[in-house]
Amino acid sequence: MAESRGATVEFRSVTKRYGDTIAVDRLSFTVPAGRICVLVGPSGCGKTTSLRMVNRLIEPTSGEILIDGQNVLAEDPTQLRRRIGYVIQQTGLFPHQTVADNIATVPRLLGWPKERIQLRVDELMKLIGLDPGRMRRRYPAQLSGGERQRVGVARAMAAEPPLMLMDEPFAAVDPIVRERLQNEFLRLQRAQGITVIFVTHDIDEAIKLGDRVAVMRLGHLVQYAPPGELLARPADDFVAKFVGSDRGLKRLSLLTVGGVELAPLDRAKLDGAPVLSPSMSLRDALAVMLSSEAQEATVMEGDRYLGALTLQQIGRMLRVDEPA
Amino acid sequence: MTIFGDVARWFADPAHWQGSHGIPVRVLEHLELSGLAVAIALVIAVPVALYLGHTGRGGFIAINLANIGRALPSLALIGLGLAIAIPLGLGLGFWPTMFALVPLAIPPIMTNTFVAIREVDRDVVDAARGMGLKESEILGTIEIPLGLPLMLGGIGTAAVNVVATATLGAIVAGGALGRFIVDGLALQEYDQLVAGALLVALLAILTEVAFAALARASAPPGMTVSP
Ligand SMILES: Nc1ncnc2c1ncn2[C@@H]1O[C@H](COP(=O)(O)OP(=O)(O)OP(=O)(O)O)[C@@H](O)[C@H]1O
Ligand SMILES: [Mg+2]
Repeated sequence: MAESRGATVEFRSVTKRYGDTIAVDRLSFTVPAGRICVLVGPSGCGKTTSLRMVNRLIEPTSGEILIDGQNVLAEDPTQLRRRIGYVIQQTGLFPHQTVADNIATVPRLLGWPKERIQLRVDELMKLIGLDPGRMRRRYPAQLSGGERQRVGVARAMAAEPPLMLMDEPFAAVDPIVRERLQNEFLRLQRAQGITVIFVTHDIDEAIKLGDRVAVMRLGHLVQYAPPGELLARPADDFVAKFVGSDRGLKRLSLLTVGGVELAPLDRAKLDGAPVLSPSMSLRDALAVMLSSEAQEATVMEGDRYLGALTLQQIGRMLRVDEPA
Repeated sequence: MTIFGDVARWFADPAHWQGSHGIPVRVLEHLELSGLAVAIALVIAVPVALYLGHTGRGGFIAINLANIGRALPSLALIGLGLAIAIPLGLGLGFWPTMFALVPLAIPPIMTNTFVAIREVDRDVVDAARGMGLKESEILGTIEIPLGLPLMLGGIGTAAVNVVATATLGAIVAGGALGRFIVDGLALQEYDQLVAGALLVALLAILTEVAFAALARASAPPGMTVSP
């Protein structure tokens, strides 16, 4: 990860009431700088409300939210929002403005000089994989759903914010495009070291993207943990159900072959055994071994033998209630 | 059949195109009266409708209040206008007529402007606010440009109604194209009456066409998918 210029965000007993409804109930957690925190939970559990209190689109009933130790309620809302990226599912792109003008929104509000804005727009368009020459002057209606989402992300990143808020940004695109957008986004986030609070109701997305996952239910925070721990030790039945009965398998996709203490090589047994690389996920390794009906596989880095991986070892990893 | 011949002859008579009672002067008077009425209605209705549309507050009240204006009979308003204008020394004709036309123009402007702003995609407005646009910037750079065609549609409707109704001004000794109709009726000069009616109709149609073109021209770029 690049040297982090991300912000630290701290929720301190944040509550939001609408009349008798408690949308968010005494929410407390801290997002470390440069990390992705995913808020996940069933519909109506208070994810969007929590997110929108960070940039003051919603004001909390009580409690406080600190960005790098500063209470957001102490700052002018428009100034605050200009340093926080904001992406929503429906993109909210301005339909009467070109892609370039959309991306330039916040830099323009901040009064950047024209040349700097144009350089930044071109840089971002390249980063998100849109050819500036061809796409700069297009309008949102002339883009595909996936392209629109990319522009939405680029627009939120334009003024190099230390924090981005994203509300189900990839929910409206088909699974293949979603996967590509997720990968691109991870790459971008890692490269820029931005802190991200990301809302989804898709547990797989949460596990894939989150450095930390906050599981919410009925306005409460039920568990706040790295994805591996969430899968290994769900806090209660609700979380266990929510992460799914295949949580063992899901956890395998978070672990790599290189992270396992490999067995010593027994060259006699390894003739014809499948070869794995240490960066492969255990889930993929399992698939390879099952499909070639092997009990053991060789792990190689380049042309160096590292050791052997056995089905028993993977099986041990599957028993997720053991410490990770 | 003969009436059409009479009307054609009336139009062909050069005397009807000259002087303070001629067609060009009457048309200008008509435009002046109508234009001012619409302008006054814009000044009253647009800020209120923009505010209500942007905040989403009190829309029904605004629209219902404005509709009372539509329900009041224009002739009664002209009478009321006389009762107000004469003591103020504003005379007959112009101002009493204005008093009837402005309430007629307000409802479509008010309603369409309110709806135009309300109908702008809430997600677009939410994104704008979330990125740190001020409320005035949201209104000025997002809501008004996107709502402009619908707003102009309402102003066009108001203008057409006003152009048609401005004819009534002649009843209270006003100028404008209504003169030909009222005088034609009084003098039983039906060629003049029909000619006046044709001119009013023509002006109303031109107004309609002009505003439709304006509304189309104001459509923001990028709103229709073009190759
Ligand atoms: N303006 C409001 N007035 C009253 N209740 C509200 C308001 N906004 C949200 N709520 C309620 O607060 C709760 C949390 O809403 P929120 O939008 O945060 O849920 P969410 O977790 O984002 O759900 P989803 O996954 O469906 O988007 C819900 O019960 C909702 O009905
Ligand atoms: Mg939501």
